[in-house]
Amino acid sequence: MKTQVGKSMFRHGYSDDDRDRAMTVLTNVFFHLHPVKVRKSGARFGFTWCAGGLSFFVFLTLVVSGILLMFYYRPTVEYAYNDIIAMREHVPFGIMRELHRWGAHAMIITVWLHMFRVFMTGSYKPPREFNWVIGVILLVLTMLLSFTGYLLPWDQLAMWAITVGSNMARATPFLGHEGPGAALLKLGDIQLIHSGSDVRFALLGGHFVGEAALLRFYILHCVAIPVAVVILMAVHFWRIRKDGGISAPL
Amino acid sequence: MLDTIKQAVNHVSSPATIFTSTIVFFALFVSFPAFFTSPPVALILAALGLAFFGLGLTDEHFRTIVTTPDNVPIVGMLFIFAYFTWYALRKAVVNDKLIEEGKPTVEKTESEEKVMVFPYLIYIEFVVALFYSIGLVLWSIFLKAPLEDPANPTISPNPSKAPWYFLGLQEMLVYFDPWIAGVLFPTFIILGLCAIPYLDPDNKNSGFYCFKQRRMAISTFLFGFWVLWILMIAFGTFLRGPNWNFFGPFEIWDEHKLVPLLNVNLSEFVYIKWLGRGLPHSWFIRELPGIIIAATYLMAPPAILAKTSLRKFHDKLGPVRYSIFMMLALTLLALPLKMYLRWAFNLKYIVSIPEFFFNI
Repeated sequence: MKTQVGKSMFRHGYSDDDRDRAMTVLTNVFFHLHPVKVRKSGARFGFTWCAGGLSFFVFLTLVVSGILLMFYYRPTVEYAYNDIIAMREHVPFGIMRELHRWGAHAMIITVWLHMFRVFMTGSYKPPREFNWVIGVILLVLTMLLSFTGYLLPWDQLAMWAITVGSNMARATPFLGHEGPGAALLKLGDIQLIHSGSDVRFALLGGHFVGEAALLRFYILHCVAIPVAVVILMAVHFWRIRKDGGISAPL
Repeated sequence: MLDTIKQAVNHVSSPATIFTSTIVFFALFVSFPAFFTSPPVALILAALGLAFFGLGLTDEHFRTIVTTPDNVPIVGMLFIFAYFTWYALRKAVVNDKLIEEGKPTVEKTESEEKVMVFPYLIYIEFVVALFYSIGLVLWSIFLKAPLEDPANPTISPNPSKAPWYFLGLQEMLVYFDPWIAGVLFPTFIILGLCAIPYLDPDNKNSGFYCFKQRRMAISTFLFGFWVLWILMIAFGTFLRGPNWNFFGPFEIWDEHKLVPLLNVNLSEFVYIKWLGRGLPHSWFIRELPGIIIAATYLMAPPAILAKTSLRKFHDKLGPVRYSIFMMLALTLLALPLKMYLRWAFNLKYIVSIPEFFFNI
């Protein structure tokens, strides 16, 4: 830390007076998500269980492992399954797919746990109401991320799980062709909602889980939902700070 | 000996028995949190849970189910959530006692003091991230990500299951049509969660663990979370086999298991069984009893409760929030109610209008 190179990287040495510690947080782009000081109660592992921060960290590991997987995976019916096989067969000690899959399970669990903790500590109460709402949306997006990723290996498990899941959309009231009220939406005697125009068709890009569904899910999984999640996360973290940090008794 | 126990467990296992015993235990737990979270009792409960799981692992079928790579996280989740539920309520009980004695809560005494984020908080975060990373790498080394045969639209596996976090919804399909279990309930769950801060805006009890002053809110949340979500996921994951039939934890998944289904609509009960005549031709007349019951269920309790036992609650929330709360609460209760109606009377639909795909 004393050399020119070290100083240029870390603007603050590792001294231990409070001013320097404050500057460490303030002048580092990653640390500055935090305030300089927190209430002791909020810094306790026993209070937050680190569930929220851990969800964020798990998300970051998923981004990294997901990007690495994207180098080897082609989202087409011809290639998808073979590329997954290739990852397994050609990479010695390769665990990137495992890291991504188990990480995905872990993220659902940590996000649920985070919600559980926030509820149990009453941390959704004013002024934090809307941040809780954003959190709920993030929770739904987390599950949708996992759901869209589930199809990509293009094996039996993937295809039929998505078939079961997307068949639900058929029954959407008014917007699914087997949903209540859909028959009412017609012009003269032309049905507006049929199996080729309903929500399920829009989701899958076809009548069944096939080529178009794979591409759609791939784009949703790798681009669309992550972008939405990142934006909402930024708002979520920002609001934590603006609402007075980790909750504490009034 | 062990076989006798296993057979006995299989014999008494059914959705009705497991669901009911869970509700009974849940009711006891939220009635006597101080007793159930006290370390000796909690340790005994944990030992029982681990013993059941450990003995279960000696059974080949049970072992196959819980060590399926995709099911391992769910087993882990059950233990994690059980532990943290105990942990949160334990802290709540301790704080409740302090509040009763007129002392400040544990969090209150600590919230006066401030600490520097660097190093205190950042080190905790770093260590947690490190442990998670080590755990994930070990998990990934020892457990291969599953890959089945290539996707084939002509061969459907039996059972075909949704991803595990949606299995609670898939389990609800047994009792409700897809438009309710797959669309309406998920929508209500999301909206209901979003509504929580607006239905419970009293921030007197925020920022610390407590139970007594939030008994109603916490009990409702825990009931929805544990009984209607986690338990349903456990059903769908571990106990539902081929043809979505129910199997005991030590019962081999037999594709040829025959389960007689004799589910009867309410309209058939009324017109055929009780009145002894055929079903009327007009759907409205036919379904009138069910429509009346469903409408009464949604309208009568809010009105009656607002005037009686929930009067204070109604006055505090105001009519709009109160109505939203009641609608969400009645929807929440509709699921267990319908489950019990199915188990007790084989009731299929309360209102059944296949002409419009409208079945309740």
